[in-house]
Amino acid sequence: MFRAAAGFRKRPGSATLPPMGVSAETPDVLVIGGGNAAISAAITACRLGASVLVAEAAPRPMRGGNTRHTRNLRAMHLQPQGTLTGTYLEDEYWDDLLRVTHGQTDEALARMTIRASAGLVSFLAGCGVHFQPSLAGTLSLSRTNAFFLGGGKALLNAVYREAGRRGVAVRYESPVRAIAMERGAIAEVVLATPAGEQRIRPRAVVAAAGGFQANIAWMREYWGEAAENFIIRGTPYATGDVLRLLLDGGCAPVGDPTQCHAIALDGRAPRFDGGIATRLDSVPFSIVVNRDGQRFYDEGEDLWPKRYAIWGRLIAQQPGQVAWSICDAPAARDFMPSVFPAITAATIPELALALGLDPLALAGTVADYNAAVREGVFDPTSLDGCRTEGLAIPKTHWARRIETPPFVGYPLRPGITFTYLGVRVDETARVHLADGSRAANLFAAGEIMAGNILGRGYLAGFGMTIGGVFGRLAGQGAGEGAARHARN
Amino acid sequence: MPATETPTMPEARRALEICNACRYCEGYCAVFPAMERRREFPAADLAFIANLCHGCNGCYHACQYAPPHEWALNLPAALSRVRRESWVETIRPAFLRGLLRRPLAVTVVAVLAFFLVALAAASGFGAAHTGPGAFYAVIALPTLIALGSVTFLFALFAMAASTLAAWRGLGGVPRGAHVLRALHDAATLKNLGGGGGECPYPREKPTRARRHAHHALAGGFLLAFAATCVGTIYEHVLGWHAPYAFFSLPVLLGTAGGVLMLMGATGLLVLKRLADPAPLAAETLPADHVLLWLLGAIAATGLLLLGFRATPAMPPLLAIHLALVLGFFVTMPFGKLLHAPHRFAALVRDAMERGSTHA
Ligand SMILES: Cc1cc2nc3c(=O)[nH]c(=O)nc-3n(C[C@H](O)[C@H](O)[C@H](O)COP(=O)(O)OP(=O)(O)OC[C@H]3O[C@@H](n4cnc5c(N)ncnc54)[C@H](O)[C@@H]3O)c2cc1C
Ligand code: HEM
Ligand code: SF4
Ligand code: SF4
Repeated sequence: MFRAAAGFRKRPGSATLPPMGVSAETPDVLVIGGGNAAISAAITACRLGASVLVAEAAPRPMRGGNTRHTRNLRAMHLQPQGTLTGTYLEDEYWDDLLRVTHGQTDEALARMTIRASAGLVSFLAGCGVHFQPSLAGTLSLSRTNAFFLGGGKALLNAVYREAGRRGVAVRYESPVRAIAMERGAIAEVVLATPAGEQRIRPRAVVAAAGGFQANIAWMREYWGEAAENFIIRGTPYATGDVLRLLLDGGCAPVGDPTQCHAIALDGRAPRFDGGIATRLDSVPFSIVVNRDGQRFYDEGEDLWPKRYAIWGRLIAQQPGQVAWSICDAPAARDFMPSVFPAITAATIPELALALGLDPLALAGTVADYNAAVREGVFDPTSLDGCRTEGLAIPKTHWARRIETPPFVGYPLRPGITFTYLGVRVDETARVHLADGSRAANLFAAGEIMAGNILGRGYLAGFGMTIGGVFGRLAGQGAGEGAARHARN
Repeated sequence: MPATETPTMPEARRALEICNACRYCEGYCAVFPAMERRREFPAADLAFIANLCHGCNGCYHACQYAPPHEWALNLPAALSRVRRESWVETIRPAFLRGLLRRPLAVTVVAVLAFFLVALAAASGFGAAHTGPGAFYAVIALPTLIALGSVTFLFALFAMAASTLAAWRGLGGVPRGAHVLRALHDAATLKNLGGGGGECPYPREKPTRARRHAHHALAGGFLLAFAATCVGTIYEHVLGWHAPYAFFSLPVLLGTAGGVLMLMGATGLLVLKRLADPAPLAAETLPADHVLLWLLGAIAATGLLLLGFRATPAMPPLLAIHLALVLGFFVTMPFGKLLHAPHRFAALVRDAMERGSTHA
């Protein structure tokens, strides 16, 4: 059925071209996905002279997957560069990564990524992306992270424009439905476009279709019933269909399927695409109770930037995958509000009723906690001396009595950012096959391969960095192969 | 007088509360830092923020919550609605407030009325007039002075009263540095250029077109105004009678001003035709159109008057030009031009809030 043997088909003569140009059915490069990794690859391949077709599952207004919701990337730099202050050198970056992953990473790939991150800001700036100083409240990131002016959607608008200028064709609402692999190479890809099924026979493929976090059925395989109560922070189009097709087609998996980036969100967040505005930073300034009105973890264990990414998992392990953050009026001024209004009441039992909790249980928890608080000098920016004494589950910092009405409560739920299971790649973004060989014409970039480097944990801005670095590598590998073929 | 709640405010407040939890657009313009200085948005603060917004659309095209997202966030549209309402409620005299919502009818009636007045006052149609005092042979100088100064002073006082009413909602006395900084921001339209000097107008692709066209229009307007001032000095201080020679100061200023205004108004109208309607509030657009056509017509008739001043076409052209200018003056306090003083006041307030250290 397929003419494709290992490697590339011969470039069709111009007489056989459909009217819209070669990219309609037999592009040099097919890029699957429409986020940062995908468009970085498309632009890079196009600059090498390849014809490029992008297949994006989402409609145009919702294009770009999780990238739509991002705000920054983490970039190594040897001197201050644009909005990036000071320096951020390879070893410090590596140490940061080692700490969050607890060593579950691939040092060679990770260091390569870190070094290549130094070129991302200028690559994006060359595509028309503007940067802005680190956002209010994120001063701690001004040295390490470059913030996109207007966020990820503005970035996407710019890179899509650059891709369009270079002649990249983009097909929206066109998810990949089938992939035919033959002798270690991709022979054909089937898109479900609004105009019906379309077969694409590209010389090379870049898979950049994100994680599978929006596929609740798949998440259930690891989390059971609990997955039904997860909120997916980003795109509903991250269904993992492409990942599954590749793994079923013989690509080598990488990463722990149960691992994902998950944080505490305001429980009223929409099921999908709620993005950044549903995040809630109240935990260290409050106590957090479960459905039974009981505390279950030290809310003041460490500075919030170092702890916020464990709370998704902690809440996922509570009954019903819900929790409530409880504080009093003065404490409510210490954190950025979420987009939803605080639920307030004059007394703790009334607050419990407003939140749907048992008033006696909550009043008991708050009373025990208040009695255990030891006075100290409150300092939200450092590990202060405000702690509890004698509780089975202590609060080790920022513990203050909950005593000044109105009392404030927020519901919390786990919000999944992205999953870590992916396909294994080498340092050129080429995909490994399960038999240990490399795919002839398949490259992967972004969340679909992030698990190569992020075995667990997360470093703010690293998702976009992985996507940018591997997107460019994948575009280069795919584009060069196609260009070499065209010369022969 | 504290600003009162209007029906357009809840939507703007909802939008700002989402933005305040997101803040990705912080770098585009002064609206976001002003928003971050607050957690609540009472009516007067909303009016201030709405007038600080320059409608660049940057935050619409960048917004991950814009339609078709279920939150359907459209900050530029929400703020432009509040902006218009904020002017309505400060209009002096109060019984004329409804006029802002009928820009076309009000302007047409005013211009026609003044045209009739000009016709009634004019004489000498059908003949060419030349030499010093030629214009006054058509319409007597005292009539011109009376019509011009009464309408202009009315406009000035009504606009000032409206702006002061808005200012009182928030209070405070600006210092020189604040005013200087606001002058700078207004003259450069800094807030229309958040994305590296460009903004996504008329469509998603950022351009400098709106900024440049507005510079031409507003700059031309100021030149034309300067021409009038110089002419007044010539007439009343120096005793030199119009029409002046082509290379005289008033005529040079007026010609440059007229050409710039015409270019600016035409440019802005063309951009409006091309504009993506999504981030715009449709009900605010007629006032834009009316002002653009009016200013364009004033510039065009002014230039025609210059070109044909020695021919029998001069008297009717003078009557038309005069009617347009006077109609512009009397409708100013109920029209789009309110944006200039209100935006300027918002820029001054913003400078005050940021503190003079940054000035
Ligand atoms: C709220 C939020 C905030 C974040 N903030 C940051 C941040 O500030 N910095 C950072 O580094 N990371 C951040 N991340 C993580 C970041 O989004 C990702 O790491 C990065 O954007 C991944 O890029 P990607 O191109 O791999 O995937 P995505 O941007 O998710 O793109 C995947 C694309 O594949 C498409 N697709 C899916 N299935 C198919 C199919 N079958 N056929 C065709 N196309 C398909 C999708 O429509 C989508 O366009 C954030 C994530 C979220 C949810
Ligand atoms: C303080 C000085 C001024 C500022 C800060 C300012 C700012 C702006 C801004 C930001 C816009 C675009 C958004 C909108 O439509 O509301 C605009 C539009 C406009 N301005 Fe100004 N302006 C000033 C003075 C003037 C002057 C002096 C004139 C002309 C006499 C003028 C005429 C117009 C017109 C006609 C529009 C509508 C253009 C359109 O709809 O495309 N402005 N102004
Ligand atoms: S307009 Fe949208 S992206 Fe910009 S700050 Fe507001 S919510 Fe965030
Ligand atoms: S439209 Fe432009 S000026 Fe107005 S708030 Fe948005 S970014 Fe600021």
